[in-house]
Amino acid sequence: MAKTDIGPPDYKTMLPPVISRNYGKWRYHEIPQPGLLVHTAESGEKLYSVRAGSPRLVSTDHIREMCAIAEKYCDGYLRFTSRHNIEFLLSDKDKVSPLLAELESKGYPVGGTGHSISNIVHTQGWVHCHTPATDASGPVKAVMDEIYDYFVTMKLPAHVRIALACCLNMCGAVHCSDIAILGIHRTVPKPDNTRVPNVCEIPSTVASCPTGAIRGDMKNKTITVNDEKCMYCGNCYTVCPAMPIADPENDGISIWVGGKVSNARSAPSFSKLAIPFLPNNPPRWPEVVDAVKNIIEVYASHARKHERVGEWIERVGWERFFTLTGIPFTDKHIDDFTLATETFRSSTLFKWE
Amino acid sequence: MAKRETPLLDQLEGGKWPSFVKDMKEAAEKNPMAEDLLGQLELSYKDRIGHWKHGGIVGVKGYGAGVIGRYSDRPDLFPNVQAFHTMRVNHPTGWFYKTDALRRLCDVWDKHGSGLTNMHGSTGDAILLGTTTDHIQPCFDDLTEAGFDLGGSGSALRTPSACVGPGRCEWACIDSLDVCYNITMSFQDKIHRPMFPYKFKIKVSACPNDCVASIARSDFSIIGTWKGKIRIDQAEVQACTASGLDIQKEVCDLCPTKCMEWDGKQLKIFDEDCTRCMHCINLMPKALRQGEQRGATILVGGKAPILEGALLSWVIVPFMKLEPPYEELKDLILRIQDWWDEHGKSRERLGELIKRLGMRVFLRAVGLPAVPQMVKAPRTNPYVFFWPEDIKKEVK
Repeated sequence: MAKTDIGPPDYKTMLPPVISRNYGKWRYHEIPQPGLLVHTAESGEKLYSVRAGSPRLVSTDHIREMCAIAEKYCDGYLRFTSRHNIEFLLSDKDKVSPLLAELESKGYPVGGTGHSISNIVHTQGWVHCHTPATDASGPVKAVMDEIYDYFVTMKLPAHVRIALACCLNMCGAVHCSDIAILGIHRTVPKPDNTRVPNVCEIPSTVASCPTGAIRGDMKNKTITVNDEKCMYCGNCYTVCPAMPIADPENDGISIWVGGKVSNARSAPSFSKLAIPFLPNNPPRWPEVVDAVKNIIEVYASHARKHERVGEWIERVGWERFFTLTGIPFTDKHIDDFTLATETFRSSTLFKWE
Repeated sequence: MAKRETPLLDQLEGGKWPSFVKDMKEAAEKNPMAEDLLGQLELSYKDRIGHWKHGGIVGVKGYGAGVIGRYSDRPDLFPNVQAFHTMRVNHPTGWFYKTDALRRLCDVWDKHGSGLTNMHGSTGDAILLGTTTDHIQPCFDDLTEAGFDLGGSGSALRTPSACVGPGRCEWACIDSLDVCYNITMSFQDKIHRPMFPYKFKIKVSACPNDCVASIARSDFSIIGTWKGKIRIDQAEVQACTASGLDIQKEVCDLCPTKCMEWDGKQLKIFDEDCTRCMHCINLMPKALRQGEQRGATILVGGKAPILEGALLSWVIVPFMKLEPPYEELKDLILRIQDWWDEHGKSRERLGELIKRLGMRVFLRAVGLPAVPQMVKAPRTNPYVFFWPEDIKKEVK
């Protein structure tokens, strides 16, 4: 019988000695070049962190390669970041350049620091999920290939955080990102009445609908969906497998902008809808790549230094955001869920374009 | 070379960003599960639809969480991924690894699973992607032998996560790593045995920059903060100017509370107006340091959209000192979970329950006083509830 409830390994056993010695006593940090952080402790000791991009979906052999690199340059210490980057942790300054050279030769992008685009936080998609409206790893790879230059440099006005979730469940919690790529379904789920009585609990299926579109049909031990009230969130399918929602023709991607989680300058905020729908076009999702790139480029050329995407849009106004990006504004951009009216304008204070 | 033809996925091998297809092919070289996964993903790219069925209930002895059941809807074509379950492995706090531990994890996974992983999943766990039902228990046995344990899933406490904190960052106001590890170890039962109305997430960020998105992604958000004056090193402020920082334009003008003054020689901060946003400190880490009294702001209710819409966490304790063994903090978590467990409907997150029953009811139930820091502004509607004891009874 295995041991249970042992918990994760104690992080203290995973810290490089330079961190153990200076734990909680860091004084300041500098970013001498993209992808390299130098933290100086009160003791004067320095920690060099080299940040490299990762596809996140990695093989054990790839992890072993990372280990071999860490053993060669970092006495066997590395960490991963909250955005799925790899960080090699060095105490020996002389090993930084050889490490950078080896990473370059092995194809690891080094960057993601300061005013850059860091790795795209993302979900499973078609690789391993049962409710996806799109793939995750594929669109991320296609977008990052195109905006690679922004990862390895620090030339943007501020940090740009991009996230992708392959359905409204948002395992990637993309709802507070500078740019969010969100898979959406657009087909009303069709209950399979032969299976519903066997595999679904009717009250919980009814309760799963945010708009009250689902009614119980107790006589036939099934449920009915009011098509007009359904906005295809797929939550019913999560609790009732007999209501498939996926549809190759109508599933696709929406783009959201202007969210952030940091409290710096302005409060944390949600991303807002920019593009309601783009088609799923594997393997390289050209429409999605172009849309993301366009938003980044318009932002980069118009925002002031230190302005996040949302702060820039707040300053110039959403009217101008749509003009500058050339993205059409539609009735879908106007909220009609709970508390929608909070986003309606109750003043005469607006711009013409 | 992988045996299957994958013309669509092959197009994702080129380009400068590291390719997941390369990793999948690498795993497929020596693992039939990975090979069939590659084949099924190619079919998804062709069909533009997922090919996984709804998960079934699978797990290890004594736990109700940590393994996500997954089955292919085309086992006829891809028999090796007919069952392809995920193991969520609780990561070392802060995602720090010594390579021997990481190599042990890889060895276990090569023995029992597909050889493919996510480093890491969205909640923070190391995700081991794909094993068969009969390998789950032996895999778990070997994981614990290697010093690892499973993380949370389903209606359980999910694996707590923390920013790098005092491990590396000069801005850490609290020991995010120790708080997170302490909570994780104290609440193992809640992580492994789902008994809540729905999921419950805890994330710890050591300063208001919130690098683990605690405010957006956790039901219970712990964010480091401080009291007292920001400490200024005027010589270093001058050095910042010398290195090209325009202090008036980039620092003072962007300060949200306009609590800073710069006359070209001296930087003044009117701390009573500061809301501790971190902007000036972010720009001048050598010159400015946070106030000396450290603690955390506690917020609750954050979540993604399902079901009633996304929420950002709300302040419930403006300042709490956080020192081991964190009894005040853990006691508050338990009181909140008890109330939620008692009143929450199935699949109702904490934030949604507070919305349904009212912050007023929540605060009283968990024993917290109402303070102005909790709101952006007082209510504007006159629909005010009073407690029975607020109303004078008629005296005869």
